[in-house]
Amino acid sequence: MMLKAILFVMALAVFSPTPSLAVEPDEILSDPALEARARVLGKDLRCVVCQNQSIDESNADLARDMRILVRDRITNGDTNEEVLAYMVDRYGDFVLLDPPFKTSTLVLWIGPGVIAVFGLFAVGSFYRRNKNNTDQTAVAANPQTAPLSDDERKRLDALLKDDDV
Amino acid sequence: MKKLTYFLPLAVLVVVGLFAIIQLKQVSDGKSVRDLPSVLINREVAPFEMAGIQGHGKGWGSKDLVGQVTLVNLFGSWCVACLTEHPFLMRIKDQNLIPIYGVDWREKDPAAGPRWLAKYGNPYTLIGNDPQSKVAISFGVTGAPESFLVDKKGVIRYKQTGPVNANVWEKTLWPLIVELRKE
Repeated sequence: MMLKAILFVMALAVFSPTPSLAVEPDEILSDPALEARARVLGKDLRCVVCQNQSIDESNADLARDMRILVRDRITNGDTNEEVLAYMVDRYGDFVLLDPPFKTSTLVLWIGPGVIAVFGLFAVGSFYRRNKNNTDQTAVAANPQTAPLSDDERKRLDALLKDDDV
Repeated sequence: MKKLTYFLPLAVLVVVGLFAIIQLKQVSDGKSVRDLPSVLINREVAPFEMAGIQGHGKGWGSKDLVGQVTLVNLFGSWCVACLTEHPFLMRIKDQNLIPIYGVDWREKDPAAGPRWLAKYGNPYTLIGNDPQSKVAISFGVTGAPESFLVDKKGVIRYKQTGPVNANVWEKTLWPLIVELRKE
């Protein structure tokens, strides 16, 4: 019973999908509406130190300062778009975790799709070739898989006999 | 077709090898792997004012940069790479090559910056305090040390991520400074 409970807690810890937030109590704005907007923006902005976390998830000092800056700007009347524009102005599109679709980010957006298509073609041609190898026409074209001729069979038998010592 | 596939591993090796060589070359040229193309190049420094650090005057702001070619250097007493860079900044100061404007970034203890400068020397013409990264973010900084070459009009012309060293200075910074002074 005890073991089951421990296992349950461990599974919960491993599989619970909520990301841990690094937002600290002293950063939180007293106005819940503004704080909610800060949370939305915090998820969209990359922590430029750790690179694969949003500023809301990161414990880095700079991420904390960016969170505070986002809140400062919201409090001073910036719209969400203005806050994002302010950050992009200084860090480039890199600071957005969901980068916009444009010429400089084209490879980023369509690259995986292109590679997947290539992969499908490679797999497809591999199977097609394998299938061809079992066809009679392919056997004629490829002597290595053709049945042995009478001469070859005699030679093979002779060689096998030699080995029977 | 089959022959071609034999060369595939070699081709992959060549491509990977080329990437490695390019990266190593960049490291030896003083470029860090976490270098990002700065969007601030050829843009005016965003207006800011910052207070000074204890015992080092009144601080400085973006207006102080106008009218001369300057090197803005972001450092912190907590930053190990800044210490490796520091002797070179002292040489620049001793030879009077370019005024260096310092940003003391994110000191948890306000006395730590002044203590660090007292111990190792002060290469800065003016020093400002940036405990909450306001100036750092306005320069699009991701880590210390970072340095920016700013022209007479107050426009950022070059960003150095990581320590300024002799190699970077001779190959990039000094030639650019000479150029910018002629403008």
